Amino acid sequence: MGCTAEQVAAALRAAAAVVAGHRDELVQLDRAIGDGDHGENLKRGFTAIVSKLDASTPDTPSAVLKLAATTLISTVGGAAGPLYGTAFLRAATATAEAEELDAASVAKALRAALEGVVARGKAEIGDKTMVDALDPAVRAAEALGDNDVSSVLAVAAEAAATGAESTVPLVARKGRASYLGERSAGHLDPGARSTALLLRSLADSAAGRP
Amino acid sequence: MSRVGLVIVSHSATLARGVVELAGQMAPDVTLEPAGGTADGGLGTDFEAVTAALERASQGAGVVLLYDLGSAKMVADLAVEGLAEPDGALVVDAPLVEGAVAAAVAAQGGSDLSGVAAAAVRGEATEVAEPTAEESTDLLLTNEIGLHARPAALLARAVANLEAQVTVAFGDRKADARSVLALMALAARGGDTITISADGPQATEALQRIRDLASRDFDE
Repeated sequence: MGCTAEQVAAALRAAAAVVAGHRDELVQLDRAIGDGDHGENLKRGFTAIVSKLDASTPDTPSAVLKLAATTLISTVGGAAGPLYGTAFLRAATATAEAEELDAASVAKALRAALEGVVARGKAEIGDKTMVDALDPAVRAAEALGDNDVSSVLAVAAEAAATGAESTVPLVARKGRASYLGERSAGHLDPGARSTALLLRSLADSAAGRP
Repeated sequence: MSRVGLVIVSHSATLARGVVELAGQMAPDVTLEPAGGTADGGLGTDFEAVTAALERASQGAGVVLLYDLGSAKMVADLAVEGLAEPDGALVVDAPLVEGAVAAAVAAQGGSDLSGVAAAAVRGEATEVAEPTAEESTDLLLTNEIGLHARPAALLARAVANLEAQVTVAFGDRKADARSVLALMALAARGGDTITISADGPQATEALQRIRDLASRDFDE
């Protein structure tokens, strides 16, 4: 069974609630090694997505993802806007024709999202960014092979959480935290954390959990 | 004549306006658009504002975008990708202030898109290749401040659109005459004598224009 546009929209609404719930945590993480706006920016972006979905939900999963992309680009002031915006935009393009998303198209969308983030931010594994969460998530999803959407997202979320934790000892080489040099070590990267949170939320939605 | 426009993308509205103010002083006919801060007046970059600034700056000869910090570059890249003709705009990795001043002067002088972008990038460069000068002249600076910001900008503008490689030498230092900052770095003051060398089809015209400027004390 695949995910319809309605289900993708519902997953984004659930993700918005998760982002709002973790707003303070993300602000704290970003305050330690960045400019402290990640939680607020992301909350603003996802709140705007929900408002747009309230107005009207597009017909295809791809169109829902594209709505999320353009909204994030327009409303999130920091680096997260263009990065998550590009991720959603590439995911939308990768799934352009599908009426419903199956496991293979979800894995394909995750791969496209990762490639978009890497192209936009020029970050590599180990730079202490969201790539450290997203890259292992994509590889885990692809390694699972033929399966259902909830399983693909579950392994992706698991790998993203582990990947996010792996950023703690790292010295940042990209983004605002890189200005801190060695002092950025010992902190969880807020972008990696929000990526892990979002994938966990998507996995929970796919599994039918609130 | 349509000139290359400039967009200054910054996290701060104040900073973007300040850079526009500074660069605009040396380039009165160039369209410079600030795109700083978020829609609600906070710190950050606003995609819609950058896109709108890009449209306003586009006068037919292309637009160069300069940015302050990493995510401003991402937003600038996104805005360019959203254009009907993305080739008409370039996001340039250059020092914001020096790059904007150098790019504005190049645009004022009629440089094309790639020329303006290159001027931004070499904004703070003072080293130039040794030209095989066909013509040169010594020039006594009789104005009080010498080759300070405004006279340097006038000089750079005077030769910017000529087919000539023009070098200004003072002491053992040399500067590309198209680079305002390189000229200023010469630190030539009133009473100093500089040497102008020019090579190319319009070398004579270039020397004449600079002589005229100096004889008018750079309109001080």
